[in-house]
Formats: sequence, C-alpha cells, structure tokens
Amino acid sequence: MADYTSSELLTINSARLLRDGDTVFVGVGLPNLACNLARRTHAPNLVMIYEAGVIGAQPARLPLSIGDPTLVSGALSVCSMYDIFAFYLQRGNVDVGFMGGAQIDRFGNVNATVIGDYAHPKVRLPGSGGSMEIAAWANRCYLLTPHNKRRFPEKLDFRTSAGFLSGRAEREAANLRGGGMLAVVTDLGLLEPDATGELVLTALHPGVTVEQACENTGWELKVVPSLRTTPPPDPEELRILREDLDPQGIYLKGSA
Amino acid sequence: MSKVIPLDEAVGQFVRDGDLVYAAGFTHLIPFAAGHAIIRQKKRELVLARATPDLIYDQMVAGGCARKVIFSYMGNPGVGSLRIVRSEIEAGRLEWEEYSHFGMISRLQAGATGLPFMPMNPTAAGDLERLNPNYRTVKDPYSGGDVVVVPALNPDVAIVHVQRADADGNAQIWGIIGEQKEATFAAERVILTAEEIVDETIIRSDPNRTLIPGFIVDAVCQVPFCAHPSYTQGYYDRDNSFYLKWDEISSSREATASYLDEWVFGVSDRAEYWEKLGSAVHDRLRIQSRVSVPVDYGRY
Repeated sequence: MADYTSSELLTINSARLLRDGDTVFVGVGLPNLACNLARRTHAPNLVMIYEAGVIGAQPARLPLSIGDPTLVSGALSVCSMYDIFAFYLQRGNVDVGFMGGAQIDRFGNVNATVIGDYAHPKVRLPGSGGSMEIAAWANRCYLLTPHNKRRFPEKLDFRTSAGFLSGRAEREAANLRGGGMLAVVTDLGLLEPDATGELVLTALHPGVTVEQACENTGWELKVVPSLRTTPPPDPEELRILREDLDPQGIYLKGSA
Repeated sequence: MSKVIPLDEAVGQFVRDGDLVYAAGFTHLIPFAAGHAIIRQKKRELVLARATPDLIYDQMVAGGCARKVIFSYMGNPGVGSLRIVRSEIEAGRLEWEEYSHFGMISRLQAGATGLPFMPMNPTAAGDLERLNPNYRTVKDPYSGGDVVVVPALNPDVAIVHVQRADADGNAQIWGIIGEQKEATFAAERVILTAEEIVDETIIRSDPNRTLIPGFIVDAVCQVPFCAHPSYTQGYYDRDNSFYLKWDEISSSREATASYLDEWVFGVSDRAEYWEKLGSAVHDRLRIQSRVSVPVDYGRY
C-alpha cells in the first residue's frame, strides 16, 4: 500500500513537468500546489501568473480562488484582465498552461462547457474561462485528472478548447502559436501525444498495470514500447506538500 | 461638483428595468451591496453581464431580477457550480450568451475605446464560435490570415467598487484591477461605490493609481464593506467560508429564499448588513497592513 494519496501523486508528477524559469499560467487547487512545489524544489525561478492579472505571485497561503488577495501582496506586477490575455498569453509570454475540464479526448481536446446538448444542457459546466486561449497559445499545456472512462470518452460533448483537434496535422494547419496538450497526468500514469497527436500511455505510476489504464480509458489506449514507471514521490516532496503547502489537507487528503 | 448620493438613490435613479448591467470585479471588489439594493428594489428583466457571474448574479437571478446572463466562466470560483444560474439555464428559464474570458473582455475593450469590434487570434476551439453568432471570423487585411472578432459591449449601466474616490468620482483601485476601467468607459451610466470618499488632494498625490476619471461617473456612493463576501484589497479579506457556505444554501430553493429574506430584504442597507454579520466575522476578515513604499512624483 502506497503511503501517499492519489492527489499527492498527481501534484508531484505535475510539478516534475515544470522547468526552472518557466512562466506558468496557474489554476487553483492541485496545479497551484504543483507550481509551488516545483518552485521549492527544482524550479526556484518559476514565475507564477494568474489569469486574474497577477504576475510573479508568491502566495503566503493557499488561495481558494484565482483572485485571492494573497496572490497580489508581494507579487511582481498586477495588470488588467485584458492585459493578461493580450500582452502575456496572446503575445506568447506564457510557457505553461494548466488546463481543467470534465472530459478530454484522445487528441487532447477538452470539454469544460456542457454534458448533453448545448442548447438543452443535461449538466451545465462553468465554461471556458481562460482555457480556450490557454490551450491555443501557451507553449506547453498540461492537464491533471483522475483516470476514468467518464473523463476520457471516445467523443466529447463539446470542444471548449483545442488540443490537436483531429490530429497534429489539423492543429498545425490552424497555425496556433502554442504547442498543444503535451502531457496528461492521471492517478494511474502519464499520457503524452505521439507523432500524430494522439495521447498514448508513456508511463505508469508504481504498482499500476497497463490493463488498469486501458480499462479506464474510453478509447483504445495505445501503449509505447518504452513504457516507463514514474519515480515514486520522494519524502522531501511529500514533506513540502504536507507540512508547508497544504497543512490542513484541503486539497491533498482525498483521492483526486 | 459632488456626485455623492446614497446607494439606494443611485440604484433607483440609474438602474432601469430591462437594462444591460455590468457589475465589475474579477473576484476582487465585487459590488455586492449594489446587487442587494437592486434585488430589494425589485428591478426586473435585467441582462446581467460579467466575466464570472459569481455569487452576486446567482443572488440577483434568485431574486428574480434577470432575464439573461452574459458570461465567460459560470462557476463559484474555487468551489464548483454556480447553482442558481446553472439550474435556471438547465431548466430553460434563463437566456444566456457565452464567451471565453478573452472574448468577453475584448467586447468590453472595444466598447470602452469606441471601436465597433476587437480582433483576436484564432483559438481553433470551434464549438463556442459556431454556437454564438457574435463570434465572427474575418480576414486580416494585411496578412490575409484569419482573425476572430467580437462586437463592442456597451452596458447601459456599470457598477464599480473602488478603494477610494473623491466626491466627483475620480477613483483609485489597487490589487486585482480586472475590468473596472473597461466597464466604466464602456457603459452609458456609471455608479461608483467606494470604501472611502477622500479629498481630491489625496487622489492628486498619486495620479497613476487613478483608473477612473470623475467626468465619466454619474453617482458616487460611500459604501464601506460593499464587496463582502468578495473583498477589498488592503481593507478586508475574501470571505472564503461564505463562498463555501453559498454552495449549500444555493442547493435548496427554500434556503436561498430564506437567505434573501434575512440578508437582503431583512436589512435596509450595507451598514446594517455588516453589523448583522457580527464581530466574529469582522475579526475573521480583518487583515494586517502591508504598505507600499511611497513614490516621489517630484515638484516641478
């Protein structure tokens, strides 16, 4: 039995995708924890940008929302909503965008808008927020999600944001400046796009089987021959998460 | 010239049934007191536009004020669903018009700068642009490539909360500045609420911080704690536990109605509301000070 939760596993594996010096468009919850963890381990020069218009945030507490006042105090800069999307994201000044959403398909397209018909929604979700632009214009996009068939359907009910569309060729033809969905971190492993833009299984977390990953994916999941096993969370990563970043276990206690 | 009037009077005079209302503030400085005044005055058939409808529009929709919402993220930030707006949409009782954040804010930017539309680079997402006819794709006349455009948004009335303003409405904001300036310049009428009304000399001591000039403001209302359960940077904290609690309240019609009875119809104004919240809440939202180093504008 592993001595870490699936939320901790997701957060730690996401943090490891970040590089020192990256500017990251951060979301609340686990992406926020992942960025703060990366900043305290291998990426001390990470610049955290929040879509509320905060650049270089150094939050002293865990923000519930992306507009929390703790993001502002001590930040490098604060700008308007128009400026953050135009000067920073559209101009190409964002390296990494973390996406959220209810469904993701095999080409990394995401639905955060609706389950059922748009005009007569069965379940109305919050909608795009900034994700339409993040998915198109951030250099690298990542998504953290629990791994199950509901999240990984054969077909999306709605395409809120673009991954590789119907394949890498279509995204390239669309001439978007960003690199698209480059990794999906789940509680079972890691999916990354192959040469055609299709998300394939490239790594499993310790103790997880290929069968588990395939059974929980709504399309026929391909597995790379060079399948890796992710290094387990190390004690220092877990200590920072538990003692410094989320001591009350608000985000990390449960399953993802 | 002083434009200072009580908030109820400003709402009575400048918010009309059927208006397109933009109550500004990206998480920060959301003018809840004005929303409550609109509910109390039983304004009807409003079109409520905000990037994030937040609890303020959830409450106004629950109060029967709206016929339509325009938004780009319809959630309870950091918590989950915005239950009232969501259930009204799912039940087919509320019209909606939807954008991405950049589309929404580009509409305001066009409205604020007197342009007919704003261009954006394509995102190739597709579905929203297909379903909302306000999104159009046109040719860039220079490169021949595609640009996506959205039309100007010019609200009938903008409601904007600020840290401090003078009696004429010259207003200063710090912290997250979202879309307050854009909403103010875009709107036909502007109601400004302020934590503090200060002397013009204070405004003039730091002109770079003035985002809104008084000459486009119609009413100035002194409303301390106007933003609760949202917050005012440097004045009081965001009431995150209320945002969590609203998730429970708004999941039942009865609880929502009794919330409005007690906290909106049951008080006469924001001062009474704040008093009613009690000292435990006041203490929880009190913050320590962290002042900036003053800048020297020089004497010339």
